[in-house]
Amino acid sequence: MINIIGTGLAGSSAAVTLAGAGIKCRLISAQHSERAQSVLAEGGINAALDTMGEGDTRELHFEETMKGGCFLADPNAVRALTQGAPDIVRELRRIGVPFNLNEDGSMMLRSFGGQKKKRTAFAKSSTGKMIMTSLTDEVRKYEARGLVTRFPHHTFVRVLTDGDGKCAGVRVRDSYTGRLYDMPGRVIMCCGGLSGFFPGMTTGTVTNNGMAAALLFTQGVRTANLEMIQYHPTTMGIPGKRCLVSEAARGEGGRLFSEKDGKRCYFMEERYPVMKNLMPRDVVSREMYREMRDGRKTFLDMTELLESVWEGKLSDLREEIMHYFPVDPKKDPVPVQPGIHYFMGGIYVDARHETSMPGLYAAGEFACQYHGANRLGGNSMLGAVFGGMTAAKNISENAGSADGNTREITEFSGEEPFGCEASPAFMRGIGGILYGSLGIVRDEDTLRGALDELDRLSGTNAAEDAAKQLARAMLMSAAERRESRGAHCRADFPETLEEYRKTTVSEYRNGAVRITFEDIPEAANEDNI
Amino acid sequence: MKITFEVTRRKSAQDKPYTQTVTIEAQDTTVAEALDIINAGELADDPITWESSCRQKKCGACAMLINGRPRLACDTRLSEFPKGVIKLAPLKKFPVVRDLEVDRSVLFNDLLTLGSWLEGNAQSGETDTAYDASRCLQCGCCLEVCPNFYAGGEFYGSAALAPASRLIAQMPDEERKRLSDAYNGHFYKGCGKSLSCRDICPAGIDTERLMVRSNAVAVWKRKFRGKKK
Repeated sequence: MINIIGTGLAGSSAAVTLAGAGIKCRLISAQHSERAQSVLAEGGINAALDTMGEGDTRELHFEETMKGGCFLADPNAVRALTQGAPDIVRELRRIGVPFNLNEDGSMMLRSFGGQKKKRTAFAKSSTGKMIMTSLTDEVRKYEARGLVTRFPHHTFVRVLTDGDGKCAGVRVRDSYTGRLYDMPGRVIMCCGGLSGFFPGMTTGTVTNNGMAAALLFTQGVRTANLEMIQYHPTTMGIPGKRCLVSEAARGEGGRLFSEKDGKRCYFMEERYPVMKNLMPRDVVSREMYREMRDGRKTFLDMTELLESVWEGKLSDLREEIMHYFPVDPKKDPVPVQPGIHYFMGGIYVDARHETSMPGLYAAGEFACQYHGANRLGGNSMLGAVFGGMTAAKNISENAGSADGNTREITEFSGEEPFGCEASPAFMRGIGGILYGSLGIVRDEDTLRGALDELDRLSGTNAAEDAAKQLARAMLMSAAERRESRGAHCRADFPETLEEYRKTTVSEYRNGAVRITFEDIPEAANEDNI
Repeated sequence: MKITFEVTRRKSAQDKPYTQTVTIEAQDTTVAEALDIINAGELADDPITWESSCRQKKCGACAMLINGRPRLACDTRLSEFPKGVIKLAPLKKFPVVRDLEVDRSVLFNDLLTLGSWLEGNAQSGETDTAYDASRCLQCGCCLEVCPNFYAGGEFYGSAALAPASRLIAQMPDEERKRLSDAYNGHFYKGCGKSLSCRDICPAGIDTERLMVRSNAVAVWKRKFRGKKK
């Protein structure tokens, strides 16, 4: 029996992989799959399917993912990801994802940032929702066969360990009753990114509160590259959050410009004549930041897009923009600004998706894998599906007979300090400190000031203390990386330095956070993968 | 603007409901955002429990009765209520957990009984219907207004129509009977065609169109010719 925490793309993918191999699993989540953050993913999923006659290859997908991530990702993991991508997308089509198709019935692909070939398979501009619907039906098939048992309205409390420090189960809390339960067996955690550390300031969901990562961190599980926070170039402010304007808008021909005193400047096209508006997100967001800093307003111009593109490829996007703003993107440019969208960092895992705690696996945005210092658009859903699948395959290969197939769930009635929640007010306090210091451009003084400010914030329970420690690790990671790379741009250290081409690892031991830089694995001989 | 909320609350399903009145001063925002303001301010010591996730009408979590109508709190603006009074209550067709939170397990149990999945390979000729149907949020608003649906009954309502329509549009021949029978038994036979589901759906799914297409295939045994994209 395997316990999966989280039922978005990565968790569902892990469940389907395990159940498909006849292995039973529990699918534990705060809410149902329909509420997972994965349903918000819009633009598409990358795979070198080469259906557009451009001669795309898996090798090029690998190279561009590595380059986009500024060579901070594990090349072996990225190799496996990009090699596996075409089969994943074909499988998603097989289970019914209504992808846009070419006249000949092959997969239609669109352009996305940081990629020279059309490589992004899509279902208009609601690709995440479409994939989740089909994948949730797949999970249901295995529920009916008794291979998957869902535990909705249950949240993560702590990982249970055996005498050797190996993962032996998970303690969860039923949010309906407040009761705690211990579920034996190995664990795959797919609990999303760290949006909850920036309340109201990201494109993510409120369910994605980041607490699982914080609690796990204070249990001694290591995290990586926490300073790598993706600001998506095109977001809009809506009540209580940032709303994404999909990169697909630029992939289909949308153009960014800035305006001051009635004069327009198509700054991306002027500065990057080859890739223009489709440079990787870190580059575009920095350029947007500079325009805004210099007092210019930034807009996305989609007025030249053809009617057929709006109708067939971006219909949901237009509806969404018009719903929140009195702007019809067909007729007028849309005001957009960069907003926090994705966390490249997370729980430190190896290429097999095992964490620093033996027997505990992590996947999806929850884990630090595949994206290095900057994720390419279209690689997040791919990373989530592939990561969930990889974690499931490896955990089942390594699961011994002592993995709790016969052991039952038991109610836990003892003292549990983690059986509490961080208050929204406390998380807003943390959010203010982090947002003020982990912006698109950072510097030592601001980061040190934020650490001092964080010290003065005192938690009132174990969950708040845990959140504070993970926030500290985020700030320390950013302070210790004294270079600029990908999403981490330091005003005081603008160069990219080879000596920092390492993974920033944070660890919580004996009440203190420690940062070390670890070597990125060498690329293995391709024949051995 | 000054807005008064009258919230139907209860500590648990066993407790008696009571109405709590809270008045806030807020700019025009969504009911979801207003609930955050209330919970962070006046009711910080006894916050209102409610479900929420995406905050942009894409996940269905925050469905509740707003002035008697099932709606998503994140998709309802305060300025829609010029009288300045907004009544919030939990959906009525699902058991209450606490305050505005309800247990919508019946939605998912019904899909399990319906057999909402594909055994074979999806036939991809008709992607438009599959796309529209796949947009269903499983929020439960359609069931709340449906005159024919009650939890535990044989009729599963439009929350099952949408997923079934995706499957019917894509079903391989060997699954035709299984899915058609399920659709007939759990949707077609019980639907009184009030179409209240179409008018209430927060995702704007044209349930009438889904019905017409699914009836044609599952009931009248017509084959989709499938518009090529």
